[in-house]
Amino acid sequence: MNIALLGATRGIGRALARLAAARGDRLVLLGRDRGTLERSAADLAARTGRPEPPVVECDLDRPEDFGAAVDAAFDALGGRIDAFVVTAARFATQEALEDDLEETAVLLRVDFTHTIVLCEHVRRRFEAQGGGTIAVFSSVAGDAPRKPVAIYGAAKAGLSHYVLSMDLRHRDRGIRYVCIKPGFVRTQMTAGLPEPPFAADPDVVAARALRAIDKAAPEAYVPAIWRLVMLVIRHLPRAVMRRVGF
Amino acid sequence: MTDGTARGVGLSPVAALDPPRLSGWGQLGVRARERLDEDLVRLTERAVLSRGLGRSYGDSALPPPSCDEVAGTRLADRILAFDPGTGRIRVEAGVSIGTLVWTFLPRGFFPPVTPGTQFVTVGGAVASDVHGKNHHVAGCFGAHVDELRIRVADGRIVDCSRTRHPDLFRATLGGMGLTGHVLEVAFRMERVPSGWVFHEAERIDDVETFVARLEEAAAAWPMTMGWVDCATRGRGLGRGILQRGRWADPTEAPPSPPSPLPERVVPFSMPNWAINRLTTRIFNELYYRKQIPRSTWGIVHPERFFYPLDALRHWYRLYGPRGFTQYQCVLPKPNAPVKARRFLELLTSRGGASPLCVIKDCGPQGEGILSFPMEGISIAVDLWIDDRTQSLVDALNEYVIDAGGRIYLTKDALTRPEHFRAMEPRLPEFEAVRRAWDPDLTIRSHQSVRLFGDPP
Repeated sequence: MNIALLGATRGIGRALARLAAARGDRLVLLGRDRGTLERSAADLAARTGRPEPPVVECDLDRPEDFGAAVDAAFDALGGRIDAFVVTAARFATQEALEDDLEETAVLLRVDFTHTIVLCEHVRRRFEAQGGGTIAVFSSVAGDAPRKPVAIYGAAKAGLSHYVLSMDLRHRDRGIRYVCIKPGFVRTQMTAGLPEPPFAADPDVVAARALRAIDKAAPEAYVPAIWRLVMLVIRHLPRAVMRRVGF
Repeated sequence: MTDGTARGVGLSPVAALDPPRLSGWGQLGVRARERLDEDLVRLTERAVLSRGLGRSYGDSALPPPSCDEVAGTRLADRILAFDPGTGRIRVEAGVSIGTLVWTFLPRGFFPPVTPGTQFVTVGGAVASDVHGKNHHVAGCFGAHVDELRIRVADGRIVDCSRTRHPDLFRATLGGMGLTGHVLEVAFRMERVPSGWVFHEAERIDDVETFVARLEEAAAAWPMTMGWVDCATRGRGLGRGILQRGRWADPTEAPPSPPSPLPERVVPFSMPNWAINRLTTRIFNELYYRKQIPRSTWGIVHPERFFYPLDALRHWYRLYGPRGFTQYQCVLPKPNAPVKARRFLELLTSRGGASPLCVIKDCGPQGEGILSFPMEGISIAVDLWIDDRTQSLVDALNEYVIDAGGRIYLTKDALTRPEHFRAMEPRLPEFEAVRRAWDPDLTIRSHQSVRLFGDPP
């Protein structure tokens, strides 16, 4: 399978790239910084004994470059990509966002507007190609109103809405969308936060996400227990949600 | 609630602390947090200390009292280059030994030296200059390192080796992370004939025989170590099981390379009394008699041979919330058998009983200025924390000073500074190099404040 990965240098994206490379997928790595992309490409080559995957610079906060970056990613894999995976996103705690409107604006446009614009670029290429899988890492934070993830969760709720709706529109024509919803994952993004129950390591999350991408499942909670957790939370009365910190 | 024993050195059982809390493997800790980042250059900019996977037992990887944060390196786990022709490899400091094992064993390479757990980072292996079952032939991890990239105290990033800044290089091997933040390590992986181990285990009746048999085995076998029953007194003192191993030939090994074994988990902390003198004696008796014949041999999975305790995740929970420590020392030749017996006699006479007591003969001292091993016998025992642990460690340290030996800082939580200075004549040399690179001693640890007299 030919896979493009935006956000492959860190966290879940790094784990996903290693799993895909280990089983022989052809990869192209997209990310903000060429230096760190090249180090990650070298890591994949050293671990697999195969040549370094190509890298393409792509910054989620520079939508004007998306078209060129997506074209470059297709070119790097000989014109064909089977799955385009977006793990890149910004995160900040609700407290930090409430103190910093600037960061709130950046987070909302990166995690929502620009991620969707990027997916639109990819969709157009997939239509020309005759199909493909667009897998986007959203979050359980977008599933239900909760105190600790009001702003970040709002961006992810909108993103999930987009991904799940687009799948309804385009699946019959071969463009399949996968909305991946991780729970709390132990990465640099969440370092230092109090750990809720069901926290998982990136490699566990990545393994399940990769299975969902292989099957092109429209929606995947990783780990799976979060489907149940969020089902319960969605049905809790607001009076309860006001009292718990979760 | 602070344990009276541990309070003397400013550590508390971590279970009794409010978050954020951070501890060594022995579950004695402080209120502090670990900052994580994939980018070590950014992460270490103003950090006081780097910490890997937190497998040092005591306070080596905890911040000094005036500081509440360390730089956690474990997300910086990229392998930057590997040459299958020579085995040369360059990695970020947060890559674990386990990653190296499971990435490269199928391709015929193994880390040149591995400690008794795979859950240590390469940066940690450098800082502790770890040794393994092959110390008598391979030396410490540092012997296989070609180059280190270090962020030193003034913020510069320096490459050092045996020819460039050799003082910094030698001080960093075994330097407990006190010379700077290790960012990248270049070293040589060992080519192995198969991924499996041929192993022999032999029951030994007493400690003198044990030391003699270890010495014999060292001449013929690349890997040796022993488990000692240190709960039995008298003639059977120091009886145990001697293990010898070598990499299996492709002809005798199973056709496919080994895969990681499933681990079992200790799901919650046992009560403090679960491991006591009686249960320890029962465990030791059963373990000593686990094999019916005096000798057994065969092909074993490398994890069973190198990392038997890794099969039990969170095994520290067996000791309960009180926490524990390990005491590891090396007793130099000559007369190592006599010294080993006296050490065990002292341990048992003062009521120290340990389910885990490991004995190993070490080869010559390595290049690292503060590197632990020296030619002689190394003994490691687990000690649970109670009212008597501090005085037991003091007594053992006094004996080790008399015997001309020294302790392994990576295991230590309770040694007093005067004892450390008495057993470490190399300290002035180390401190001279360290001050040349870090005059204000900004890079320091809870342990270096306790033992080296660094500013808090």
